[in-house]
Parts: sequence; C-alpha cells; structure tokens
Amino acid sequence: MIASKPNKARIVITGIGLTAPNGNNLTEFRESLLTGKSGVQKFNVRYMGEVLAGVCNFDPLRYQKKKELRRGTRAGSVAIYCAHEAINDAKLDLACLDKSRIGVYIGITEHGNVDTEKQIYEIKQFDYDTTFVSHHYNPRIVANNPAGEVTLNTGITGPHYTLGAACAGGNIGLIQGFQMLLLGEVDLALAGGVSETIHAFGAYASFRSEGALASHVEPEKACRPFDKDRNGVVVSEGGCIYLVERLGDALKRGASIYGEIVGYAINSDAFDFVLPNSQRQAECIKIALGKAGISPADIDIINTHATGTREGDAAECQAISKVFGNHTNVYINNTKSYIGHTMGAAAALELAGNLPSFEDHIVHPTINVDQLDPECSFKNLVINEPRKVDKVNYILNNSFGMLGINSVVIIKRFE
Amino acid sequence: MTKQEIKSVLMEIVAEIIPDEDLTNLKDDIPIREQVELDSMDFLDIIMELRKRYGIEVPEDDYTQLATIESSVAYLEPRMRDL
Repeated sequence: MIASKPNKARIVITGIGLTAPNGNNLTEFRESLLTGKSGVQKFNVRYMGEVLAGVCNFDPLRYQKKKELRRGTRAGSVAIYCAHEAINDAKLDLACLDKSRIGVYIGITEHGNVDTEKQIYEIKQFDYDTTFVSHHYNPRIVANNPAGEVTLNTGITGPHYTLGAACAGGNIGLIQGFQMLLLGEVDLALAGGVSETIHAFGAYASFRSEGALASHVEPEKACRPFDKDRNGVVVSEGGCIYLVERLGDALKRGASIYGEIVGYAINSDAFDFVLPNSQRQAECIKIALGKAGISPADIDIINTHATGTREGDAAECQAISKVFGNHTNVYINNTKSYIGHTMGAAAALELAGNLPSFEDHIVHPTINVDQLDPECSFKNLVINEPRKVDKVNYILNNSFGMLGINSVVIIKRFE
Repeated sequence: MTKQEIKSVLMEIVAEIIPDEDLTNLKDDIPIREQVELDSMDFLDIIMELRKRYGIEVPEDDYTQLATIESSVAYLEPRMRDL
C-alpha cells in the first residue's frame, strides 16, 4: 500500500536535532540508552528546594548570541539548538534554502508558566508593583514563542507555530509537519517538540499534590515505569526537532533517510482530566496501524509512553494488550526510565532514541525495573539489558497527555 | 552620585543589555543606537533597570534625552546626585 504512493506523498525524516538530559545529539543519546546512562539529577527550584529533574547541558551559545539568550525563553533556546542541529544533520545549508518554504511546527505541553512564575517572583521584590513587569514578558509567554524564536534566529519566513498537546506534543508536532508537507504548504518541515518545564515550580508542586511526583534516594532510579515500586513522574526538559521532507525531494538531493512516517493517529478519551483510558488508547493505535496499512504483527518495537505512574502504566499496557494480545512478539521498551518525562519533547525525543534500531537491530531496554509489576508484564518487554533482534522494520511510538489526548506515530525503515 | 559614577552605572547597564557588543570605543556624544545594535526593547531595558536599581521613573516624553551617554548623564544627574 505504502509503496504504491507517489514519492511526493511519502514523507521521510532526513535530519534529527536533539537535546536530552543524557545526550546532546543522537549519537550521544543512543549511546546512553544502550549503556543505561540516566540523565536524572538533583535540581534546585524556587519554592520547591531540591527536586529530581532531567536537566540538559547543551551549549546554547553554539547558535545564539548572548542577547538572544537574555531576551528569549529556555524553550526557545532548546528549539533553536535542535532546529540547527536537525538542519546540519540533514546536510542542508540554510543559506542556500528558500526560507519561505520551510515550516516550523513544535509541540509543547504548555508554555509561559516559567516566565509567569518568574515575573511574579520579581514583582514580589517590589511589593507587587506591576510597573516592574518586564516588557519582554508578553513575547516570552505567547504560545508560539519556541517556534517563533527559531524563525527569528534562522530567518525562516515560512509558517511557524506551536501545538499545545500536553505530553503528546512531540508526536503532534511531527504529525503537523507531515501533513503540511503532504498538503504542499511547505517543502521542508522542522517538526517535533520542546520543553522547559523543569524551571517552573508549579509543575512539580502540582504533580506532588496529585501524588504523582517521583522520589527516590538515587535520582537515576526515580523514573521506573513498569516497576512495582514506581511512584510517579520525573519532570525533565529537552527537545527534539526533525527535518522532514517529501521522499522525492530527499532522493533528488541524495539525503540519508532515517525512516518514513507511514502511520499516525490522534484521538481523545473524552473521559477525564488526568486519568488515562486504555480503550481510547487502543483505538488510537488501531487507527495508526490502519493508516499505515499494516497489522499489529508487523510492528517490531513499541516505545511506550509510560511515565512511571501506577494508573498510567497499567492503562497503556492494557491498551497494548487489546491491540497486540498478550503473546505478541513485538518488543516493548520505555525511554523515560532514563531521562524522565520531557513533556512536550517526550514523544519526539523517545522516537529518536529508537530510530537507530533500524540499522543496529538493538532494542534499548527500559531501566530501573527491579520488580516487574505483573500488570505490565509482556513476553518481549525489554528490561534492563539491550536486546539484539533479527530485524526492525516498523517502530510504533505512543504518546498520551492530560485531558485525554492520545497520539501514535509509526515509522518504517526506509529501503 | 557623581557624574562619573552615573556614567559607569549607565555603562554597566548597557553592557548587560547588549552583551555581544564591544563598548570600549563608545563615544559619549553620539547616539548609542548609532554606534551599537540597541533596539527599542533594549532601550526599555535601560529604563527598567533605572527603575529597579534606583527607583527612577523616566517618562516616555523624556526618552529622547537618553540618546547619548552624555545627555543621559546630564538628565540623570539631578535625579541621582543624592543617591
């Protein structure tokens, strides 16, 4: 079915730019995933004191001037770094491109709360006199900020916007890029997701109030999806932006191709503000498989969304069971166990960590599973040690978010 | 504050606002914006810093008086001499 599509209707990934708490490019990130290197550490946050977080250490001055850094947001900085890295990775020269034909589509969980908290903290020093609110505040907190900062930095004049999709943001950004290429709206898309959430105390405080903030004496063991002793989410920052283009264009310029986006789906639970719904998640996976024109047996790896909460992990496992059955041969892993929950970046970043499997035929494991929760037991759940496999042709990437937004992306190995 | 102290405070603020610029050859009597890249939002940062650090309010009608270092010092001196 896919092969019969014309090349202009086939969309491929030809560049990846990322920053994760355990790597600032795909090579470093993959190495960390294969050697069990976590990126979770102790981190100090206003009003919260010491918390656990996934913190990135990329060099923002590689692509930004000091003034840009001072003016912009952390999410903008993450996006700029990832966008440049993706363009470079795709072996494209920005100066030679038609910048009006590039779109920037970035998924976010939320945006603006970091600077809102900061402004309120600042005016508190002046007895809440609002004349001390910065004139930079509005451009920092508008929802398009991270994508807009990419265009300001690069001179891209095509469309830019963010897609607010809770923790499914990264998949939604990629899907948007795919769709805009398919519609012919742009010729290149910078698509993915970013997060700056670790700099907002509210995120930790709210998860804690929900009883869903992870804690552990050893920070690198705090995020433990599928383990009986999991106790919540590790809040992390990060970013991953893909350079996506039509297959015909990629072949014409001799680009290296990471994979082809062959299936995707987005649906809604219409059920609860925070609780997941396995039935709707299963439906989402089925819709994506249907769009790809493949069956569950064709999928080789599922990157799970599982965040390390009791209800969330169990619901996703039920959804996978509904679609794949309990005795499936699909390999199942989890990337948050290393880096925590990178929120708007999570889906894009976790997918990227798996893409090298098409070439090296290794499935990275989910780490920190000391006592597997029977509710999360699958025949081929890859735990603690990487697994060498015979083939990887399809990777399915789950990503779900609050208010019941579900998303699935399926990538096919390009041959 | 003396005029010299006001000038060094001003230079310190400008250096923080436009950290990529080399200010060593900045001329006191030529508009700052003609010598370095300093846009209207940067200029508002100067106003905000004066407000935050010294409680000085510069009305919008007076902004033009802060065009050069020299004119800024002249404008600020009566407002900062007792600080």
